[in-house]
Amino acid sequence: MTPFLSPPHPKERRIIFEHLVKPGYAPDLETYLAHGGYASLKNALAMKPSEIVDAVKAANLRGRGGAGFPCGTKWGFINREDGKPHYIVVNGDESEPGTFKDRHILHRDPHQLLEGLAISAFATSTRLAYIYIRCEFPHAARIVENAIREARANGFLGKNILGTGFDLDVHVHQGAGAYICGEETSLLESLEGKRPYPRIKPPYFPAVLGLYMKPTIVNNVETICHVKHIIRLGAAEYARMGTPGDGGTRTMCVSGDVARPGIFEIPCGAVTFRELIFDVCGGLKPGRTLKAVIPGGSSAKVMRADEIYKIRVKGSDGAMVEKDLPMLDIVMDASTLQSVGTMVGSGGVIVMDDSRDMVWALNNLNQFYANESCGQCTPCREGSLWMSKMTARMLAGGGRAEDPENLRSIADNIAGRTICAFGEACSWPTQSFLAKFPEEFDKAAGKAETT
Amino acid sequence: MMSESTTRQTDHVTPAFLAEADEIVSRYPVSRRSASLPLLHLWQNRFGSVDDTGIEWIADRLGLTPVNILELVTFYPWFRREPAGRTVIRVCRTLACAMAGSHEVKEKFCEAAGVDPHAGHHGYGCAPPTSADGKFSVEFVECLASCASAPVALINDDLVENIKPSDVASIVEKLKSP
Repeated sequence: MTPFLSPPHPKERRIIFEHLVKPGYAPDLETYLAHGGYASLKNALAMKPSEIVDAVKAANLRGRGGAGFPCGTKWGFINREDGKPHYIVVNGDESEPGTFKDRHILHRDPHQLLEGLAISAFATSTRLAYIYIRCEFPHAARIVENAIREARANGFLGKNILGTGFDLDVHVHQGAGAYICGEETSLLESLEGKRPYPRIKPPYFPAVLGLYMKPTIVNNVETICHVKHIIRLGAAEYARMGTPGDGGTRTMCVSGDVARPGIFEIPCGAVTFRELIFDVCGGLKPGRTLKAVIPGGSSAKVMRADEIYKIRVKGSDGAMVEKDLPMLDIVMDASTLQSVGTMVGSGGVIVMDDSRDMVWALNNLNQFYANESCGQCTPCREGSLWMSKMTARMLAGGGRAEDPENLRSIADNIAGRTICAFGEACSWPTQSFLAKFPEEFDKAAGKAETT
Repeated sequence: MMSESTTRQTDHVTPAFLAEADEIVSRYPVSRRSASLPLLHLWQNRFGSVDDTGIEWIADRLGLTPVNILELVTFYPWFRREPAGRTVIRVCRTLACAMAGSHEVKEKFCEAAGVDPHAGHHGYGCAPPTSADGKFSVEFVECLASCASAPVALINDDLVENIKPSDVASIVEKLKSP
């Protein structure tokens, strides 16, 4: 079982994971109602849809799926009065290595998702929504389907929700083992029954030309759950938990070489790497030192533990000044991590200690991307395979002097040259592992004596 | 534990199966084609794999040509055109599980289940390596989203977590008993 701290660490503030981690908390409607369930939906249905969108904007909620796009801005692209059908597709394809939060929401608290979804649908004039769940969560699909039946039978979904005249149909749609379907336009193609090749943007922004070429909101499971809590707490209180550009709490999934891996729900920007790893997660395994951290899912650029990063902060006179900061003292919010060249992504933090070989770790990720490239764009299809073959050869003792430069060159020629962000996702690990740990790649390339 | 593949009865679509398929199609009022994936799941769960009969049947139900369905079977890793073992063991290969020893765990599963990891053909649409008695298939899959309880495996429908190499033989032994 994924460990959860009980009671929560003082740095935590659980809103999404408040109830579902409790012993005996069941995924049924009765339990949910006993914990105040669907009260926020009732309140939301008494608001104007535009007020809900404004609240989500004011809450500074960023998408929790990886890209971190401001949720309210995304919703703002939907014109409620355009007379077209609108759709919401909940992205429960959770497949980014290092990320394992949506699994628990789907299995343990499906009504939280459905309540957030009903509020989101009301706010965007949506009458039909799909929850896309990866097929490796077969129990989750059944649990969510059962929750949909319960909610429908009790007037929280279906026709004339809570007597307000608002209708919403929700269905579960299962994936079939392809990581690319987590990319929002690929997910829509998958849902349309086609090969899930991502669509090119522009013009195919989902909010304009989404599912069935109609305006569509695609949001991550956790993001949709946060909407409920923005209504429950009010946008101002919700936003106050986080930083000005990154409101609310974020579930951090920590795995790898820490004493206490698990899921920790922490206000955005409330912990540094040092606090998360050495305090919340109980430090490393005995006798080990920290080597590297992948901060936001496997696509996020790796950080080196002994590096001093330059970050721009507001000085005492209000002007931006550059400051040297050890990696461990970097605050884990969206804008800070972006400013040091990586990302908070999906919240998947993979910790690696000094026992780890960086060529081995990169090779593992390169194999992942080579296996998962959908094959639509040549640079990604060929490049991800070349990179994985090269790191595999280096690991097997067949490194060549030109390997590091060739790896860098391949990665540099994928990013920015593909239809979807998978191109960046598969390049960033290679680019960052080579940049942060050049000595290990030189050694594997047989260049140890010259460096 | 649910058995993933049942006996092959591709010539026998029952009224209950048909009713289930129709209910699935009704969830997609805008486009029947959207029911492609769920019907593929329904077929593979029922018959163990998606052969030409299944591809043609689904295409026909949805008003598509067979290639519209075949191109999904050959894209998605989950679908196969030939039957797998009665119990399919999918060991997570990706970083956190690999760091926690998933390679050794997978080897142990192959040993205990009598699966030659190099047996059979490889590629999309093929069945994973399967034991001679047809009871087990073992394969590596990518991240199963349970990295804090690594290493993990999906055994038919159930996630098994924190697997120690020394646990594997007894896990397989339990799966052998009906």
